[in-house]
Amino acid sequence: MNGPHDLGGQMGFGPVAPETDEPVFHADWERRALGVTLASGTLGAWTIDESRHARESLHPATYYSASYYEIWIRALEALLERHGFVSADELAAGHRIWPGVTPKRVLHPADVAGVLARGGPCNRAVEAAPKFAAGGRVRTINEHPEGHTRLPRYARGKLGLIEAVREGFVFPDTNAHAKGEAPQHVYTVSFDGRELWGQGADPALTVSIDAWESYLEPV
Amino acid sequence: MTDNHHYHDHDHHHDNELDPFAARVKALETILTEKGLIDPAAIDAIVETYEHKVGPRNGARVVAKAWAEPDFAEWLARDATAAIASLGYTGRQGEHMQAVFNTPDTHNLVVCTLCSCYPWTVLGVPPVWYKAPPYRSQAVINPRGVLAEFGLKLPEDTRIRVWDSTAELRYMVVPMRPVETEGLSEDELARLVTRDSMIGTGLPLRPGSLGPGALWPPEADPGAGI
Repeated sequence: MNGPHDLGGQMGFGPVAPETDEPVFHADWERRALGVTLASGTLGAWTIDESRHARESLHPATYYSASYYEIWIRALEALLERHGFVSADELAAGHRIWPGVTPKRVLHPADVAGVLARGGPCNRAVEAAPKFAAGGRVRTINEHPEGHTRLPRYARGKLGLIEAVREGFVFPDTNAHAKGEAPQHVYTVSFDGRELWGQGADPALTVSIDAWESYLEPV
Repeated sequence: MTDNHHYHDHDHHHDNELDPFAARVKALETILTEKGLIDPAAIDAIVETYEHKVGPRNGARVVAKAWAEPDFAEWLARDATAAIASLGYTGRQGEHMQAVFNTPDTHNLVVCTLCSCYPWTVLGVPPVWYKAPPYRSQAVINPRGVLAEFGLKLPEDTRIRVWDSTAELRYMVVPMRPVETEGLSEDELARLVTRDSMIGTGLPLRPGSLGPGALWPPEADPGAGI
């Protein structure tokens, strides 16, 4: 979707303002926000793609005025409601009111280290041979789906070079909407700065994205 | 330095227990705990992992080893996931790693314009600025301007290669080894590797200039690798 999250090339947000010696967390609630978000993910009800889509579906005014952990928590509330784990009246009351649905699993403290160390690999075997080869020219598609996609707006309809053919990976555009993993080959595609940003671009700039095969057309 | 910055203002005004958002997170944790959906001790274990065990010291060890051992550098370039796993660093947001090497001609910079993708296994959880709109919007269109904000000014003919993490590959930059570091041990080399030098927004420290930004000596358990 053309949501507030798709930030590449936007202007007006001010300086980056890196913080010297910043702490890992700026407040205790951020610690809990990280932990609650990760632990809830292990309930097994949604994928990482669905959770990304929940974050980018926040209203732009909310998205741009929220810190990132706040974005996570607002999206998590939406996911928990959507999947029947909590209800709006519970969120308002701050306590359990209804039983709610039973999760596939609950993260046990003793399993945390193993779960985090395993992660969630999302490479998948793809039977078809890759359509494109390293060194080939491609054009990215110029589509504007209402659902989740990982092709940023600044790189749509652009001429690029296949720099690397990666493995097959779960396709986020379907997986975010419970339409299956439908894995595709992924390619690292690089663009000359001027192709993306015009004649005013830095002449020594190259930008790459990682693109699923259906984001690309031969030229 | 960031008093007039919107995003930092926002973070800091949440920085006390009376804040409405802190109350909202606490309410959510309470509901989920009462419903048996989360165990607060599991939350504690997750926080402990990313606050004290998994951080940029992991990445610094990877870079130092690549500087010291050409065979490891070659492996890191060819199969970063396996090379990094050989040091014990595996897992969430590091499942599919790619190492990109700075050269005299090319400087690499990593961003996620669409969200906050970042190589947790080697760098820990991302800093606030990495996830905020100013960096995500400008890194792909005006990287030299971004680097200047970090105090990094590259020669104009140095190529800038920006990697936008739009899929599940996670990138770490391997900076060039600083001069006058012959004879240093891997531990000594690792002390020169800053977090920002592995994102591309900085360069490694020079010997004798250890100060802010140094990741060594570690404050926490150096053996932890998850």
